[in-house]
Amino acid sequence: MDLLDFARGPALQVAIYVFIAGSLWRILGVLLLQRKPDHSEARQSGGFRGALKVIWSRSFTAPAFAKQTKYPKILGYILHIGLFITVFFFVPHIVFIKGLFGIGWPGLPNNAIYFVGVVTVAVGIALLIRRMTHPVLRLISNFDDYFSWLVTMLPLITGLIMPIRFGVRYETLLAIHILSVALLLIWLPFSKLAHTYFVFISRGTTGALLERRGART
Amino acid sequence: MKAADVKFDLESKRLSVEKPKARFDKQGDMSDAERVQKAMANFSKDFGTTAAAYLDACIHCGMCAEACHYYVATGDPKYTPVWKLEPFKQAYKRESGPLAPLYRLLGLKKEVTAEQLEEWQHLLYDSCTVCGRCSLICPVGIDIATLVSMARHGMYKAGLVPHELHAVAERAEVDGSPLGITPKLFEQRLEWMEDEHEVDINVDQEKVDVLAVMSSIEIQKYPDAMAATAKILNAAGESWTFRTDGFEATNFGLLSGNLELQKKNSMRIIETAIKVGAKLVLLPECGHAYMALRWMGANIYGKPLPFKVQHISEYLADSLNSGKLKVRKVDKSVTFHDPCQVSRRGGATQAPRDVMKHLGVDFREMQNGGDYNWCCGGGGGVVTIHRADELRYKVFKLKMDQVEATEADALLSSCANCRQSFDDAQNHYNWKYTAESLLELVAENLEDEA
Repeated sequence: MDLLDFARGPALQVAIYVFIAGSLWRILGVLLLQRKPDHSEARQSGGFRGALKVIWSRSFTAPAFAKQTKYPKILGYILHIGLFITVFFFVPHIVFIKGLFGIGWPGLPNNAIYFVGVVTVAVGIALLIRRMTHPVLRLISNFDDYFSWLVTMLPLITGLIMPIRFGVRYETLLAIHILSVALLLIWLPFSKLAHTYFVFISRGTTGALLERRGART
Repeated sequence: MKAADVKFDLESKRLSVEKPKARFDKQGDMSDAERVQKAMANFSKDFGTTAAAYLDACIHCGMCAEACHYYVATGDPKYTPVWKLEPFKQAYKRESGPLAPLYRLLGLKKEVTAEQLEEWQHLLYDSCTVCGRCSLICPVGIDIATLVSMARHGMYKAGLVPHELHAVAERAEVDGSPLGITPKLFEQRLEWMEDEHEVDINVDQEKVDVLAVMSSIEIQKYPDAMAATAKILNAAGESWTFRTDGFEATNFGLLSGNLELQKKNSMRIIETAIKVGAKLVLLPECGHAYMALRWMGANIYGKPLPFKVQHISEYLADSLNSGKLKVRKVDKSVTFHDPCQVSRRGGATQAPRDVMKHLGVDFREMQNGGDYNWCCGGGGGVVTIHRADELRYKVFKLKMDQVEATEADALLSSCANCRQSFDDAQNHYNWKYTAESLLELVAENLEDEA
């Protein structure tokens, strides 16, 4: 078994199992905790409707905070959209996903993906610099913040250098790229990257609690 | 320190205990290890789905700092709201969360220490009014204010409540009211107001539809509010009463983190309301009283309350909208300071605006007013804490700018605690605005008032 077989085979398989099991452990670890009923007389319906409302609405900044949060918000948007496009609209990725699940969709031209990838990495670097220099972020940041940054950037960087090669065999580069994805999958459930799903639970909780009060969400 | 030793400074612009010569910011006879153990054990009691979902979702983006008046006014990163929760978060990640064994094994979260908890007393009490503005900026939707209130539970159990807040809460435990107001004193002050304003004030009636309660800040400092409440309820033709066995609306259990006291305070009103068969408990101009009874009361009672709960501004809005009350037009421009717990956190933002519409005033909304209002800086018990004064004054400048920009003739609010915070800061800065009571303005302008 060469490196590529290992990456594509057991490494990715184990990573997917860890990702699924870890995520379930973490999500159930939160959802199965004690949940107290709210007996107060609701001003308006909250519950599921409130949860959905805030899951959507908190994607946007309230005008009162627009100016102060403009820079990190724009960078955050580009990072997330960039990651989404590079993961799901790169033709080889779609082919790979089709091989696994049998479903595919049209992709974007490779050059467009490379462009998005470069922009996303640049934004990632800008966010890292911000984290290392902004007094608030310096104070509240920990190992998880920096390692999660690295683990998120590695698949992008290893993907972007594949066409350049630097004299390395294509198969080796592909194996490294896949291994970096395996690392991301393994790390995600145990880190802040779990906000991939906790963002919905957290926003939903606030929506369900505060909407029924008619309070600002 | 015994409750009986607590001396109040009732001449001050804001009501609290006298400035302590020696501070006792640690309560009880516990070793450092015991304090940490108590804090941890009681932090973990609050780790239900809500707290866990929030603590697991934080991405350390730091945006909450930009919404916090303490950070904005000082630029000091330690006032970042989520940083104020650090020991609470450490307790969750290390001791309770689904990944706790991993965190301990790899040392990813340090153990909470007694020194740290003492340091955080300043962050969880002196520099957080639980105003909830940060909760609105969080991109992952964490209600940070709720977590601060939870963290205070553990701090109380560890005996780490600031001197004054603890003293006031102790007094409330003993007297039933935090500012030394006994039922007898309450009755005397009602009689005084009855004479002063020539208004009938109902006291201790057996069966009524409406039970009115008061904040001790009003009873001591703004007694006209008692007369104004009576005038309004009389004019609306309500069957109503004040009760000497359940008159105190403030809840220093909620503010200090003492859950038992919070329950005791709320149950006193709830039991009194049930006893008199009230269909409505009318809360005074007090922000946290609204949170304590309107939104937390039923959960303390353990089932839905057998009566409605309204803030006085909601009652005024309903009564004016339905024509039960009528008011004369008031010819002046006003701006309105929303009490955080009533508006942003409580959802009753529209009520005072309806009332002001009926009064016909030239209402000038502050920029980023209403639910995005800057807090008065005195909520959450902060106004009682002497060592927090300088910081509170600094933070208040944001509020001053917000009010001044409206160029309104007058400033209204509907929270006695906000009003005393305004009075105190007004005195400090020699500021031109006095926060006036919306309730009293309505009472002065009732149409059938001869």
